[in-house]
Amino acid sequence: MKNKQMMKTIRGIAAPLPLANVDTDVIMPKRFLITITREGLGDGTFADLRFDNEGGQRPDFILNKSPWTKASILVVGDNFGCGSSREHAVWGMRQLGIDACVGTSFAGIFYDNARKNGLALPVVSPATRDALLQFSSDSGGGEISIDLESRTITAGGTTAPFEMDDATQTALIRGRDDTLDSLEYAAAIRDFEARLNSKMRVSVIK
Amino acid sequence: MSRTLYDKLVDAHKVCDLPDGDILIYVDFHIMNEYTSPQAFSGLDTKGLGVWRPEAHLAVIDHVNATRSSEPHDAASKLLIDNLQANCTKHGIAFYGLGDLRQGIEHVVVPEQGLVTPGMLIACGDSHTTTYGAYGALGFGIGTSEVEHVLATQTLRYKRMKTIRVMVDGDTAPGVTAKDIIMKVVQVVGAGGANGYAVEFAGSAIRGLDMAGRMTVCNMAVELGARAALIAADEITEAALQGHPHSGQFAFKGESWVSDPDAVFDKKFTISGADIEPLITWGTSPDQSIPITGNVPSTLDYASPKAKAALERSLQYMGLSEGQSARSIKIDTAFIGSCTNSRIEDLREAAKVLKGRHVATGVEAIVVPGSAMTRIKAEAEGLRDIFEAAGFEWRPEAGCSMCLAMNDDIAMDGERVASSTNRNFEGRQGRGARTHLMSPAMVAAAAVAGHLADVRDFK
Repeated sequence: MKNKQMMKTIRGIAAPLPLANVDTDVIMPKRFLITITREGLGDGTFADLRFDNEGGQRPDFILNKSPWTKASILVVGDNFGCGSSREHAVWGMRQLGIDACVGTSFAGIFYDNARKNGLALPVVSPATRDALLQFSSDSGGGEISIDLESRTITAGGTTAPFEMDDATQTALIRGRDDTLDSLEYAAAIRDFEARLNSKMRVSVIK
Repeated sequence: MSRTLYDKLVDAHKVCDLPDGDILIYVDFHIMNEYTSPQAFSGLDTKGLGVWRPEAHLAVIDHVNATRSSEPHDAASKLLIDNLQANCTKHGIAFYGLGDLRQGIEHVVVPEQGLVTPGMLIACGDSHTTTYGAYGALGFGIGTSEVEHVLATQTLRYKRMKTIRVMVDGDTAPGVTAKDIIMKVVQVVGAGGANGYAVEFAGSAIRGLDMAGRMTVCNMAVELGARAALIAADEITEAALQGHPHSGQFAFKGESWVSDPDAVFDKKFTISGADIEPLITWGTSPDQSIPITGNVPSTLDYASPKAKAALERSLQYMGLSEGQSARSIKIDTAFIGSCTNSRIEDLREAAKVLKGRHVATGVEAIVVPGSAMTRIKAEAEGLRDIFEAAGFEWRPEAGCSMCLAMNDDIAMDGERVASSTNRNFEGRQGRGARTHLMSPAMVAAAAVAGHLADVRDFK
């Protein structure tokens, strides 16, 4: 399984993507969703922003410009990842080499999908986000550093705190498999089920 | 200790606390579709796991299938459809596939089959699973990794959310529908305004809605960021539980599925029913809406350079001018369908507008009933005849179709669609396609007029 190594610090070039309400349709357009695997989604990620109708690179899009072609962190606008539940959006971002998105707010399903795939989503204040947008625009490829253990983010000598719930922090640092971990609670699940009466046990007619 | 309906639902489903601060919650019922489940099943295979409780799951085909025929329109969609069927056969899971009279859009099929009752916890790999809050059930969307988790354990790792109550009080005017109510809420709270919250809808305008209307409201609550939406169960809910294939089989009593009178919410919003007009979206986010009698915003309406730039970007994508009147926006296509608005009640409202009228020259109009059972009922009531006489194309098969254009119903670059759906995102209905969200009756009015139009003018 991937993400099994301990991950405590994420460091890299950050690209500013200040648009608000970037939805998962924009992150992963539907024509890339007709698939039964998780692979091959890197090209689809932000496809309509990165490429024109003929498949040529849009020179004005941030991830097509140097030094941000090497970006592994995005500094994003409010309510990033809204809309559809498609985890393909997160798989694609990971395949494009994105390790973290820093923003003020993320949609709930996107947030949970990110945690499952080792994509860190530090939540910062609007002032910190704006400062990071500025830094990532102006620093000519300066790196920013996200310390998951201390929940701080450092750019250009300035350090600011970020929010991340304990469970997400643990999941990112440990890179664990939630399904296998939860099966360790099989006895508790069976106890819960034993307390359900027959009318609380759904059985779908085939 | 007073509790909200949301807290009662979470408490009733808590299996145990987890050491990292999450809780493990029990999923009573889980629904799957063909595009967010394949990698969950392959994950089980990779880890050598089985399905914990196969009878608690239902799989339907709805997202990628053509609605012109029950045959898949291409090899890629056929692969997804066949893959889900094979996975269900292998694990002993109920599968309502193409050609099955129970098939349709998942969130239309489930209530129609009597598979949702108050007090239930329902998960599905689809963001619009908030729909089930209309029944006083806790429904929420999950990603594919979580689909795998539910299949393997019948539980989810969960973090309790904060709560918002949205009160919509007072009568709404004629012509104002449940869709307008929820579009107004999205406008007031904002597209991300409820991130991290569960939202309970209350007030006389909500209580006065039928179940179809309540489902429309809860369905689109995800467009304000709410992970869960709820409406307390009442006598309207109880009446709606009768007469379906699974009726009487499930009961999650033992609790009263309403918030206690003095329950505390973290945030509250109040909207007056009288202030709601029929709305349309003009931009590329569901909170960018105006009354049909209004005008598209102008840069003069915004103070910050960031807001002005965002407006300009939306207007450029949508091909609109600042200050243009809503009613001057000409359309190419009218689409009635989706998990938000494709139920029999929605089709009846649209048919009222269309009866004795005809779609404007040059407008392509499509209606896709939400399920096979909805289609059969509508045909028996004569609704198909009304739609077809008005020049609408009546689709024989159910599915999401042009709501998200994962099948062959794809709007072209620049094509402008009046749509009864839930998202007006860039590219949602096709690359470069321009979506205006509105109620199904308003879509019918726009189809007849050839431009966005006020349904109240169609008496």
